[in-house]
Amino acid sequence: MASTLAEKIIGAHVGRDVKSGEIVVTPVDVAALQDGTGPLALTQLEELGLIRAHNPEKTVLFIDHAAPSPRKELSNAHMSLRKFAAGTGAVLSEIDEGVCHQRLVESFASPGDILIGADSHSCTSGALGAFATGMGSTDVGIGIATGKTWLKVPATLRVTMSGEFPPGVYAKDLMLHLIGLIGADGATYMAIEFTGPLAQAMSMPERFTLCNMAVEAGAKTGLFAADETTRKYLEQQGRGGDYRELAADEGAQYERTVEIDAQALEPTVSAPHTVDNTMTAAAAAGTKVNQVYIGTCTNGRIEDLRIAAEVLRGRRRHPDTRLIVTPASRSVYLKAAEEGLLTVFVEAGATVTGPGCGACVGVHGGILGDGEICIATQNRNFQGRMGNAEAFIWLASPATAAASALAGEIVDPREYLS
Amino acid sequence: MILKGKAWIFGDSISTDHIAPGRYFHLRTNLPELARHVLEDANPDFAAQMQPGDFVVAGRNFGLGSSREHAPRIIKLAGVNAVLAQSFARIFFRNSINVGLPVLELDTSSISQGDELEVDLEAGTVRNVTRDITVAFQPLPPVMVKILGDGGIVEHFRKYGDFNLE
Repeated sequence: MASTLAEKIIGAHVGRDVKSGEIVVTPVDVAALQDGTGPLALTQLEELGLIRAHNPEKTVLFIDHAAPSPRKELSNAHMSLRKFAAGTGAVLSEIDEGVCHQRLVESFASPGDILIGADSHSCTSGALGAFATGMGSTDVGIGIATGKTWLKVPATLRVTMSGEFPPGVYAKDLMLHLIGLIGADGATYMAIEFTGPLAQAMSMPERFTLCNMAVEAGAKTGLFAADETTRKYLEQQGRGGDYRELAADEGAQYERTVEIDAQALEPTVSAPHTVDNTMTAAAAAGTKVNQVYIGTCTNGRIEDLRIAAEVLRGRRRHPDTRLIVTPASRSVYLKAAEEGLLTVFVEAGATVTGPGCGACVGVHGGILGDGEICIATQNRNFQGRMGNAEAFIWLASPATAAASALAGEIVDPREYLS
Repeated sequence: MILKGKAWIFGDSISTDHIAPGRYFHLRTNLPELARHVLEDANPDFAAQMQPGDFVVAGRNFGLGSSREHAPRIIKLAGVNAVLAQSFARIFFRNSINVGLPVLELDTSSISQGDELEVDLEAGTVRNVTRDITVAFQPLPPVMVKILGDGGIVEHFRKYGDFNLE
């Protein structure tokens, strides 16, 4: 039987062929909690008398959303995660280590895995060829304790990508364009499988950016085949042994296929307050911005910071525009320091923070004022997202965000790139 | 079981940030307090003025966004009987069933603010008493009926000691 990537991965876990629509109870390979969702998961496990981790080496508790803690309530929540990790042998990712999704792809997720995370952007690990999906605290808590979860095998929306990115256009622009095209519920309950010549040519960071935002189209996960690019990435992480090749079968059944030609794309932004509210950066040009935020699990990797630095090098932010840069993880932070990027950012007038979720989740580190406008490289621009329902968030690539910091207003970044 | 209450109307794309705003992140370990802010960024008067038993009635893609289970938990904790929407986001839908909050998909366009509703969970209908209109809702998938019937996933686990869904 010809299978999609999702059917293939789930089928391998339950030991038989599965088809979209089936309900299965499946083993879980990696389970993750973060400091916003973890405490509730642990409360639920206490209620069930199940304070344990079935597979502690692949149970990871991340302190990233409010790191370092800005309030005592959150400090206490962090204590509960540390206590569970100490008691069960689960892995604790401390405040210096970074955003869960970046840490998961660096060190934990592998091709063919089933990964569940109590964070909606857990789909990021799908870029490695893992069936990776976000669930609530209780679902993930039960997954941690029992090593199992239940899933409906999803139908798959195939995105076939061709062409090459024109200068100044990136994976982020493609993903915003795609979500604008199919809508914020265009892939609800489905897996998105990214295929085609451009998918094969894409680097891992580009693949992470696409899969990270699969949930913004309503999808359960985003998936890439595991290929040579995946193998090299895992080798760079010292995890070459975790690689295995994985591809969908010829003749697999897709719910729908969407084709995208990268050549035709332009720098793209999402206007407030929904991700599918997209337009070109040129069309939004002239919108004043009070704050620019570069970082997050979507675009806080070293490749993103290099693009931002290329724009910002030797220049200075607009006097009325604040600029905050947050590397996604400790290893990204170190690399950016080694390459001198942090100096470029600080000289350009940026506030560089330690790794983590930073300002994206509205808890600390850059909460917007009433009526203020931010352009950010994150994945979500919902009303209230950055801590203030009276503020406005635009989404963009690192190049567009950096260029907008220089101009003090949204601009097409191409005039700032050499 | 027949659930009775008044309709509170919300629009399309009500996100988990509307339901449980990030600025109350520190209240996630204090659900009764967090529930005082439920849906605050979509309607600041809702939490203070809604009556236990009322319904949240919305448009498309209700609950999109984050995986925070706190969102359906505080809707339930506030006393909302059920959420009625044109469609739901996936994680919110699953979380709602897990915590025992009925989430019903139907054409909500004929329901207005303050309408008196009667929801018959067994018959699968929503009767708008104010307008004398009855609309059927999409039956829940059998796996969801099972979990909801057990009182949520924790109760399901307590009952069977394992998943009993296939």
